[in-house]
Amino acid sequence: MSQNTLDCRNLLCPMPVIRTQNALKELSEGELLEVTCTDPGTLSDIPTWCRINHHEVVSTEENNHEIVFVIKK
Amino acid sequence: MTQETSSVNTGDKPKQRKAVALISGGLDSLLAAKVVQEQGIHVEGINFYTGFCVEGHTHAIRKKDKDKQKRNNSLWVAEQLGIKLHIIDISEEYKDIVLNPKHGYGANLNPCLDCKIFMVNQAQAWAWAEENGFDFIITGEVIGQRPKSQRKETMPIIARESGADDRLLRPLCAKNLMPTLPEREGWVNRDELYDFSGRSRKPQFELAKKFGFEDFAQPAGGCCFLTDANYSKKLADLWDARGERRYELDDIMLLKVGRHIRPKKNFKLIVSREEGENNFLRGYKKQFTSIHTVSHGGPLTLLDGDFDKEDIKLAAQIVARYSGGKNADQVTVQVENYKGTSFVMDVPPMSADEIKQEWHV
Ligand code: SF4
Repeated sequence: MSQNTLDCRNLLCPMPVIRTQNALKELSEGELLEVTCTDPGTLSDIPTWCRINHHEVVSTEENNHEIVFVIKK
Repeated sequence: MTQETSSVNTGDKPKQRKAVALISGGLDSLLAAKVVQEQGIHVEGINFYTGFCVEGHTHAIRKKDKDKQKRNNSLWVAEQLGIKLHIIDISEEYKDIVLNPKHGYGANLNPCLDCKIFMVNQAQAWAWAEENGFDFIITGEVIGQRPKSQRKETMPIIARESGADDRLLRPLCAKNLMPTLPEREGWVNRDELYDFSGRSRKPQFELAKKFGFEDFAQPAGGCCFLTDANYSKKLADLWDARGERRYELDDIMLLKVGRHIRPKKNFKLIVSREEGENNFLRGYKKQFTSIHTVSHGGPLTLLDGDFDKEDIKLAAQIVARYSGGKNADQVTVQVENYKGTSFVMDVPPMSADEIKQEWHV
C-alpha cells in the first residue's frame, strides 16, 4: 500500500484543508493520504471537507499537539 | 464558446446547467446558492482564501475559545446545501489588491470593490476552465447592503471588470438588475428570483426561515479582518514601521495573535496572551528572535524588526512585566535567535506606567 504523506504542521485553517484538497487531486480513487496537522480546527474542518467532497476519513489520531488523518480518495 | 459547441444535442433532454456559487460562509451566499439550486441547476461552491479570512483562525489559536464550536462557515454552508466546495488559495495574488486597490478602501483597509471584482474574476477563470465547464456564477450580493461595494452602480462594474459580464447572476437582487444570460436563456426563471435591496436583513431572515436554515453565521462587519479597525491599525503600523507597504503571509497571521507592543519604531514585540497563542508562536521560533522567562512563568514573545543589544534589554523588561515575576526585583529571561543560539539575562521588570499607552499597537 503506497503511503502518501502531507505535512500541514503549523498551518492554520483553512490552509491544511486547501493542501489536502490539492494533494488529493493528484491521487487516484482509492489511494490513501496521511495528513499531519497541529491546528485543532482541522479536527472539524478536514472531516467536514471530506464529507462534502465524498472522501473518506479512515482514521484520526491525536498525540500531543499533533493530529494525523488518513484519508481515502 | 466550448459550451455552445458541446451542446450539439439530439433535441430531447435539455443540457444540465451548472453554476458556481461564491461562498463566503455568510447567510447571503447560502441563500443565493439555494435559490438557484431550487431551480434545478447543478451548483458547486467556491471559496477564496486571502489570508485575511476570519474563518477559524483566532478560534484555533486562542485556547479560551477551545470549547466553543469551531466550525468553518463556508464548509458548513456547503454541507447545508449538499454541494462540493472548492477552496482556492489566492493569498499571493491578493496582495496587489490590498496594496493597490484601484477603487480605494472602505472604512478601514478593506478594498471591498476590488476584492469582489478579483474574486469573481478568479471564479470565472476556474469555472469556464474546460475540466470544470460551468455556465454561470452566483453571488449573494444585495443592492445597498454595503455602503461602498454593494450599490446599484457597483454591480455592473463588478460584472464588467471581472470579465464575467452577463454570466454573473445575483439571485437575491436580480429583479432590480438587467436580465443576465441565464435568465434570458431560460436556464433560471427570473420570476423566482428576488428583488432585495437596502440594509435591512429582514427579507434574508424570512427566506432563511422558508428554507429551514437556522444557526447561520452573521458576520458583523464583513467577511474578513480588513474590515476590523484594530486589525487595520496594526497593518498600517507594520507598513509605517517598515517604511514601505508590503507584507508576507506570516506577517498578517501574526497580526491576529497576541499583544503587539512597539516601544521603538525599529522593532515590536508580539507577546502571547495565553497557552494557545504560546503554542502558535512557538512555531515561529525558527524565523524570529524569541524571549521567554526562565525564573518565573510567563508568555512567549517574538521580536519583529531590527534591534540591537539595548533594544533586546528593553524588550526583556517588557516581557518580564507580563510574567509571573512582574513584582520581583529581577526576572531571568532566555533570548534565542532564529538559528537557535541563545543567552540568558537578568532584568528588572518594567513598571506598569513605564509601558506607554502609545506603544500598544
Ligand atoms: S470584507 Fe474583505 S473579503 Fe469581504 S469583500 Fe471586503 S475586502 Fe473582500
